[in-house]
Amino acid sequence: MSFVHQKKLTLFDIANYTMMTVISFMCVFPFLYVLSVSLTDRSVYVPYAFKLIPDKFSLESYAYILSSNSFLNALKSTVFITIVGTILNLIFTFTMAYGLTEKRLPHRNWIYGTVVFSLVFSAGIIPNFLLVKELGLMNSYWALIIPSLTNAWSLIVVKSFMDSLPHEVIESAKIDGCTDIRVFLKIVIPLSMPAIAAFTLFFAVAHWNTYFNALMFLTDSKKWTLQVLVKSLVLDNSAITAGMESSIGDSSPPSETVRSASVFLAILPILFVYPFLQKHFAKGVMLGSIKG
Amino acid sequence: MKAEPVAHHETTVQTRPRGSRWSDYVKYRHMYLLVIPGFLYFAVFKLVPMWGLLLAFKDYHPVAGFVGSPWVGWKHFTDLFTDDHFYVMLRNTLLINIFALVFFFPLPIFLAVMLNEIRHEAFKRLNQSLVYMPHFLSWVVIASLTFFMLSVDVGLVNKFIRGMGLEPYSFLNDTRLFWGMLTVQSIWKDAGWGTIIFLAAIAGVNPERYEAAVVDGANRFRQIWHVTLPAIRPTIVILLILRLGNMTDVNFEQVLLMMNPLVRSVADVFDTYVYNNGILRGMYSVGVAVGFFKGIVGLALVMASNRVVKRMGHEGIY
Repeated sequence: MSFVHQKKLTLFDIANYTMMTVISFMCVFPFLYVLSVSLTDRSVYVPYAFKLIPDKFSLESYAYILSSNSFLNALKSTVFITIVGTILNLIFTFTMAYGLTEKRLPHRNWIYGTVVFSLVFSAGIIPNFLLVKELGLMNSYWALIIPSLTNAWSLIVVKSFMDSLPHEVIESAKIDGCTDIRVFLKIVIPLSMPAIAAFTLFFAVAHWNTYFNALMFLTDSKKWTLQVLVKSLVLDNSAITAGMESSIGDSSPPSETVRSASVFLAILPILFVYPFLQKHFAKGVMLGSIKG
Repeated sequence: MKAEPVAHHETTVQTRPRGSRWSDYVKYRHMYLLVIPGFLYFAVFKLVPMWGLLLAFKDYHPVAGFVGSPWVGWKHFTDLFTDDHFYVMLRNTLLINIFALVFFFPLPIFLAVMLNEIRHEAFKRLNQSLVYMPHFLSWVVIASLTFFMLSVDVGLVNKFIRGMGLEPYSFLNDTRLFWGMLTVQSIWKDAGWGTIIFLAAIAGVNPERYEAAVVDGANRFRQIWHVTLPAIRPTIVILLILRLGNMTDVNFEQVLLMMNPLVRSVADVFDTYVYNNGILRGMYSVGVAVGFFKGIVGLALVMASNRVVKRMGHEGIY
C-alpha cells in the first residue's frame, strides 16, 4: 500500500530489513535445528558433536517412534481429545454466547456476571482437582474435555462478535416467526463463520497443547497424551522406560534423534494448520481486543 | 447482588401485567435452551469448586471426607505467613513478573513499530507469519527446544563449547540464569504475537498524518516518534496497567517444566507449590490455602487495574 510514494530503499530500510530477517530466523531456528537432528542417520551420528546439518539423512527415528505402542497410543488419544474437545467447545461456546446477546433475557445479567467472575477468580488447582476426582473422571480422557467445555474469554469474544452482526436481519427473521433456535442455526451461525474458523483453530491448538491437566488427571502412564509423553522422553530422557521395550538394543536409533523426532511430531500438526490459523487468528484476536 | 433492586424497579415502574416474568420465560424458552448447557458448565466447574475453598479452614483427610475433617480456622494461613518459604515464593513470583515487565513488555511495541515500517507487504507478511508462529507451540515443546539448545547432553550451545575444547556448562541448573531463561523463553514465544494489538492500533492511523509529517520534513525516526507512537500510546498504557494487575500470575506450565531440584529456590511459585505439596503429597488443605491466598490477591490487583483503566475512559477487561 505505502510503497506508492517511496520505492527507494533508505539506510533505515536496510537496517530494519536486516534486523527483521534476523529476528524471524531466530523464531524458526530452534525447530529447524531439532528437525535436522531428528533426520540424522545413525551412521553419521556422533554424540556431543556440533553439527547443524547432518551428512546423511534418514527417517529411521520417525519410523522407530511411530512403531512404538506408547507413542501411537498417546497420538491416538491426543487426536481424540482434540477432535471431540474442539467440537464440544464450539457447541457450548457459540450457543451460550448467542443466548447472552439477548439483553432482555431474564437473569441474563447474573449469568453473564458468573462468566466474567470466572475470568478474574478461580477456586484454584485443588478444588478443581477434587471436583474431577469426585465426578469419577480421573484417568479418563473426558477429564481433559468436560472441565474445559468453554471458557469466559472465548464466550466474551464470541458474544461481542455476535453483537456486531447486522441486527435488522435477526430482528426481521424473528418478526417473521422464526424461533430463536432457528435464527441461531439459519442466520447467526452462517454469519459467524469467520469466528467459528478462528475458534476451531484456537480450541484445537489449546487441546493439542494441554500439558498440566493431562499430567494431573491422567496418572496412569498408559493413558498419557502426547505432550506428557514428549516431556518425559525429552526432559526426563525416559525413552526406554516409557514403553518402548520392544526394540531396546542395537536396533534402536540414537536416543537424541528419537527425542528430537518426538518433539517435531508434536509440532507437526500445528505447522499444518498454521496457514489457516494465520488467516483467521488476527480476526479472532481483534474481536476480543486486548483480552488475548 | 444488584439483580434484586433492578427487578423490583422494573415491575413497579413499567406496570407490566401479572405473570410477565413467566411469559418472558415462555417467550425466551429457546434462548434458555441455548444458554443452559453453557450455564450448567459454569455452575458445575466454576461455582461448585468454590465450596472447596472451605478446605483451607479444615484439616482435610480423604478418609474423613469433606464434612468429617476438623475445622482449624486460620491455622493454614498463619502457618503460611510464618514460613520462610512463603517469602521465597513471593519473591520468585514478583521477580519473574518484574523481569517480564522490564524486558518483555517493551519488545512487542518495538517489533510492531518496526514491522509497520516494512514497505513491502509480502516481506512484512512473511515476517509476521514467522514471529507469530511460536505462540502456538506448547510449553512442553518450548521446554524441549530449550533443552536442545542449552542442556549438557544434547544442547547445541554445549556442543559448540565442547567443540572449542572447553568444559560444558549446565545452564539449566544455574539459579542465577533461571529468571533470565524464563524471560527469554517468553519473549521467543509471545513477543511476536504481542505485536498484533499494536499493529491494529497503528492500522487505524490516517495515512494523511504520515504524509503531513513528510511534508514537514520529518525523517522516519521523527515519523515514528510523532505519528506512530502517539497513536499506540493509549494501547500501551492500558496493556501496562492490565499487566500490573497480573503480577501474581506466572506461566505455571513453563515454570513447572523448567524447574528442577537444583533451581527450586528460584523457581518455586505458588502454583508449583500447590501442585507439589497439594496434589502430589496430598496436603490438600495447605494447597487450597495457598491457592486461595493467590486468588484473592490476584482478584484485588485485577479489579484495581481494571478500575484504573475504566477511570481513564477506556474499556476494561470486564
